[in-house]
Amino acid sequence: MVIDPKVIEAERELVAKIDQDEILFKPILSTGKGFYLVAAALLTIVVLAAYAYLAQFRYGLGVTGLNTPTYWGVYITNFVFFIGISHAGTLISAILRIARAEWRRSITRSAEVITVLVLFFGAGNIIIDLGRPDRLLNVIYYGRFQSPLLWDVVSITTYLTASSIYLYLPLIPDIALLRDRVKGIRHWFYKVLALGWRGTERQIHWLEIAIAIMAILVIPIAVSVHTVVSYVFAMTIQPMWHSAIFGPYFVVGAIFSGIAAIIIAMAIIRRVYHLEDYLRPVHFDYLGVLLLVMCCLWFYFTSCEYLTVFYGAEPVHLAVFYSKITGHYAPYFYAMLATCFVIPFAILANGKTRNVTGCVIASIAVTIGMWLERFTIVVPTLVNPRLPYERGIYMPSWVEWFIFAGCFAFFTLLYMLFTKLFPIVSIWEIREGREKSLAEVEERLRTYLPFKEEVSSKK
Amino acid sequence: MVRWGMVIDLDKCTACQACVVACQVENNVPPADPTIDAQYRAIHWLRLLEYREGEYPHVRTRLIPRPCMHCDKPPCVKVCPVGATNIGSEGIVDQIYGRCIGCRYCTTACPYTVKYMNWYRPRWPEEMKKAFNPDVTIRPKGVVEKCTFCSHRLIKARERVRAEARELGPGDYIPACVETCPSNAMYFGDLENPNGTVFQLARSHRAFKLLEDLGTEPKVIYLSEGE
Repeated sequence: MVIDPKVIEAERELVAKIDQDEILFKPILSTGKGFYLVAAALLTIVVLAAYAYLAQFRYGLGVTGLNTPTYWGVYITNFVFFIGISHAGTLISAILRIARAEWRRSITRSAEVITVLVLFFGAGNIIIDLGRPDRLLNVIYYGRFQSPLLWDVVSITTYLTASSIYLYLPLIPDIALLRDRVKGIRHWFYKVLALGWRGTERQIHWLEIAIAIMAILVIPIAVSVHTVVSYVFAMTIQPMWHSAIFGPYFVVGAIFSGIAAIIIAMAIIRRVYHLEDYLRPVHFDYLGVLLLVMCCLWFYFTSCEYLTVFYGAEPVHLAVFYSKITGHYAPYFYAMLATCFVIPFAILANGKTRNVTGCVIASIAVTIGMWLERFTIVVPTLVNPRLPYERGIYMPSWVEWFIFAGCFAFFTLLYMLFTKLFPIVSIWEIREGREKSLAEVEERLRTYLPFKEEVSSKK
Repeated sequence: MVRWGMVIDLDKCTACQACVVACQVENNVPPADPTIDAQYRAIHWLRLLEYREGEYPHVRTRLIPRPCMHCDKPPCVKVCPVGATNIGSEGIVDQIYGRCIGCRYCTTACPYTVKYMNWYRPRWPEEMKKAFNPDVTIRPKGVVEKCTFCSHRLIKARERVRAEARELGPGDYIPACVETCPSNAMYFGDLENPNGTVFQLARSHRAFKLLEDLGTEPKVIYLSEGE
């Protein structure tokens, strides 16, 4: 299909009308009352969580609902969940960049920010879970690489570094735009961060190379991160943990929950900052399709895992299996099935319901479901040890719930702050899309297909 | 090289739990009060496992004393990120309380669930505080602890035999549980010494190990009950 030049012209005029993406600068240049109200509410939750953590720090992990043999609970679930969410960003945006999916332009930034911010909460939950957080540095002083936890430390720090760079690089031209717009202390702030960006040919050339390298680099790192997270469980010989599919299963779940997180974030940004022109139904539609694909993959992996255990029928494995299917953890398990598969599949498989609202509902379901999935992986195995101990039921305490809520609130707060400091939609990439890529895409399309002129010129 | 091991003869064991009490007293393990017990947080380096067999009315319960298995291939040592759980050259699986970060990876990796977490600071009844064993460290909150085969007794025994200018002989080093057992159901010694009781009993046709198929190679060997 050849794009009619008239359409392009009309589009250009429309663009001129929206005054050079002024609306994307607005959140940074002016802040309304709503922002402060929400920030204050979130801050309250964070303070409550900090209080809960102080109680835990002072009295010990006894303030949680953990016991013998349920040594791990909400914190480890959070750890896996948040690290999973982090696959949103960088991985998705890197894949879309490499695949030259032009629709990525307005969504990559918001996704990359999720990655970087949420990683702190993933790693943070491990530290919260420690009985002796004061001895955290022992991991460096006495670190043993035979332990999968050390693999985690290495891969998560690598991922945090790589994804921070990958967030920062495409941010530079936008920071330069802001530097030229604001005065005072903020000017100085942006000036330092812009690293002397002037937008010359040479700078753009090098930036593009750097982004391309990071986009490729970040994919294997992201895959390794969640594989290694799964190894924490899979490397032990505990029933229903010791499974070879855990690596890919966790990666799939991570990308699944990651896409859901992007969709929710996009919907909120779109509503709050009135970015309907940038985050359009088509973005939700495409991400919805991606979410649907991951939803089917997740279901495939889940059924593989559970069918193998059921058919093999080893007693220790079956004990864990039945605690999820008919036992105490059945409500969690079926809620997970509903929220991870039934609800999102029903909504997303239907083109009519795969609109903005539908995608958001599906995404909220998936986010809840993926947390439950992590929970039903971590806890039932621990509650059913091999030897005949009397076993308690694990119920998280208020401390764990407060800290959980605090993590969410703190993440949201940091995300909000980011939108106040930097454009949440990549301005230069949008402009590049208009100015360069429109022609590039046409050019590229021409290389895919035989066209009349080309065929005749060859003759 | 010495390899310390234990043999428990289930035919002789009367499940009197004297070993359990001896262990608690020897190792300064705080006794569990009912609230802690109700939370499933009691610490028992050594405890009785209850195997229930059969259906009512033909029910039978077997009670098996369970210390740490001191595996030759311990899954807990493998996963410790800081080397706080370690296995010594003589096969004793030990815990360095001062290094443990309390991540509880070892407790989840142990298929026997023999490791315990200090959820709170340990608490003792007033009277017991005067009777602490000075040879055993009191664990702070937030670290994992476990049966050490009373390895402090090994250190003391070594010092004693050095002072007496002789080699470590059988009976010089024996954990508190074995020493206490009123029915002589527990034996302790070198699994590599062909003349020792433990060596011979470990090769009895009644000998079995818990969850042997996992390949952890436990050094606690049980002698099954006769009919």
